[in-house]
Amino acid sequence: MTRPMTGLVELAAVTKTYPGDVHALRGVDLTVARGELLAIVGPSGSGKSTMLHMIGTLDRPTTGAVRVAGHDIAALSDRELSALRSRYMGFVFQQFHLAPGVSALDNVADGLLYTGTNRRVRRRRAAAALDRVGLGHRLRHKPSQLSGGEQQRVAVARAVVGDPPLLLADEPTGNLDSMAGADVLAVLAGLHESGTTIAVITHDAEIAGWCHRQVRLRDGLIVDGHDHDDRGPVELLKGGRS
Amino acid sequence: MRERLAPGRLSPGDVLRVGAAGLRARPARVILSALGIAIGIATMIAVIGISSSSREQLLRQLDKLGTNLLTVTPGRTMFGDDAKLPTTALAMVQRIRPVRTAAATGSVETSVRRTNHIPETNTGGISVQAASSGLLATLEGAVVKGTWLNDATARQPAVVLGAAAAERLGLARTGVQVWMGGRWFTVIGILGPMPLAPEIERSALIGFPAAEELLGFDGYPTTIYERSSDESVESVREVLPRTVNPSNPEEVSVSRPSDALAAKAAAAGAFTNLLLGLGAVALLVGGVGVANTMVISVLERRKEIGLRRSLGATRGQVRLQFLSESLLLSGLGGVVGAVLGALATAGYAVSRDWPPVVPPWAIGGAVAATLVIGTVAGIYPAMRAARLSPTVALATT
Ligand SMILES: Nc1ncnc2c1ncn2[C@@H]1O[C@H](COP(=O)(O)OP(=O)(O)OP(=O)(O)O)[C@@H](O)[C@H]1O
Ligand SMILES: [Mg+2]
Repeated sequence: MTRPMTGLVELAAVTKTYPGDVHALRGVDLTVARGELLAIVGPSGSGKSTMLHMIGTLDRPTTGAVRVAGHDIAALSDRELSALRSRYMGFVFQQFHLAPGVSALDNVADGLLYTGTNRRVRRRRAAAALDRVGLGHRLRHKPSQLSGGEQQRVAVARAVVGDPPLLLADEPTGNLDSMAGADVLAVLAGLHESGTTIAVITHDAEIAGWCHRQVRLRDGLIVDGHDHDDRGPVELLKGGRS
Repeated sequence: MRERLAPGRLSPGDVLRVGAAGLRARPARVILSALGIAIGIATMIAVIGISSSSREQLLRQLDKLGTNLLTVTPGRTMFGDDAKLPTTALAMVQRIRPVRTAAATGSVETSVRRTNHIPETNTGGISVQAASSGLLATLEGAVVKGTWLNDATARQPAVVLGAAAAERLGLARTGVQVWMGGRWFTVIGILGPMPLAPEIERSALIGFPAAEELLGFDGYPTTIYERSSDESVESVREVLPRTVNPSNPEEVSVSRPSDALAAKAAAAGAFTNLLLGLGAVALLVGGVGVANTMVISVLERRKEIGLRRSLGATRGQVRLQFLSESLLLSGLGGVVGAVLGALATAGYAVSRDWPPVVPPWAIGGAVAATLVIGTVAGIYPAMRAARLSPTVALATT
């Protein structure tokens, strides 16, 4: 309890064993510092998503400790964990998980539903968040009226509408073509510029390369966690596209 | 120093909105599963409503007719023979102080026919009765055609027909002749309905003197009708046998015609249990349908549940979402059912000329029933949704 807080999220000797003796994580130490842009890479089944779930407190480790903003999550109840998620985390998944038949604005506003914000404020901030991801002109559109890239940007807007310090993305461009993927990445880059800490799982070496730091997993262990490249993601993106 | 982690509260409006969102996405399924509840509630409301309307109708009729009419008829002698009322009976009854009006009728052994060609055995269910002049007033009846008997016509071959008697004879106007006891009588009046004395509706009425002189009537009354003030009905009832027949009061029987109507009203209030049972079965089936819909809904929406958990929804909030969805679903069925049931009641009541009555307690009961069904049907699916781990929910393909 008296340990000084060094990172936004800290994993210490975290293991996760699924029923059937599946050792998805086998002792992971990781610190995610504020302001970081972190890539999580590794072969399929290496435990990337499992680790992201640990960082995002969607699940508890089998052994080891997870600390988020100084809270030891082992000591938190389910209610407190939920509150922690709503305050600190934004999630983006490979699937967009948008409610069909519901406008982009209301989909994004749902990102604040569990924060105790009233509806009018939720919708106002949702409009601002959509503006931030370049969809200020698509507020009333239903998901079916949006392209894949636009839908994923709506999902990003929903994740960040509450200004969480940490954005966790699990293969956010996995379902998109490269153009649409680039748009989504540009949005992430912009968010990072304005101070959001981002951890992103990716199979794409180019995307991984654009992050300050890569964490490579294999068989549930971190095999490589080096910093690399001193160029910012924005320049990289620009360089990559021209 | 550590920040407090308290989840944000959902406002009641948000709870409803989130519950309704789940329904809006699947309108066809919602309609089908709400239909079961609607049919059950509609059946119960209609059964209760229709019997309440019929009861109300009878009570209003009773109110209008009054409950202060008593009839006196001869019972049996101690040897089991038919007794007779003394010829003085009417005069004695009129002497009881609280009695306001009284009248007598006496059965005449003959029949009434349109012509003498119709065989005498063919009475058409119409009886011929001698009637005292106060009968119409005592029964608070009305003459719809012609006049009632007066002192003069009571001695002549003149007859007044009850409503049913006139109808059976096929007579709608006065002045015509009917064949009674071997001679012609002139119809001088036709009476309106008499709900408290249906036997008079089926009678051809002539004066006591005419009956005795022209048809050989023995002069013994067979029924005495009397009305008193409402408060004294019971006391009059007690003294009637002794007054009518002081020597053999046990040979006199007294009854209150309105009792039959009151019994009918009470019976109308007791619902048709079979129909109510059917409604309950429909409700039960509807409840199972709602539970089934909710279980499927939870299975289909695992990803949505996972997403909501990632956005910070607590288990309780997920449970509340599905519980409110289930309550809305059955509540929708309940509202539709209550409206249908009320419409059915109104339609049926109006078609029978009854006042439509849907008791508020029936509506209250319907609301309570749908709330209970919605809760019971929703608890298990909602618990399952809440227990789902966020990662498992999100991993669903
Ligand atoms: N809920 C679960 N129950 C059982 N085993 C699981 C569960 N979730 C993941 N696993 C297993 O844990 C291991 C790690 O899974 P994880 O999803 O973290 O891999 P990943 O690195 O994200 O793979 P991919 O790149 O394919 O998404 C895999 O072997 C997987 O089968
Ligand atoms: Mg994965």
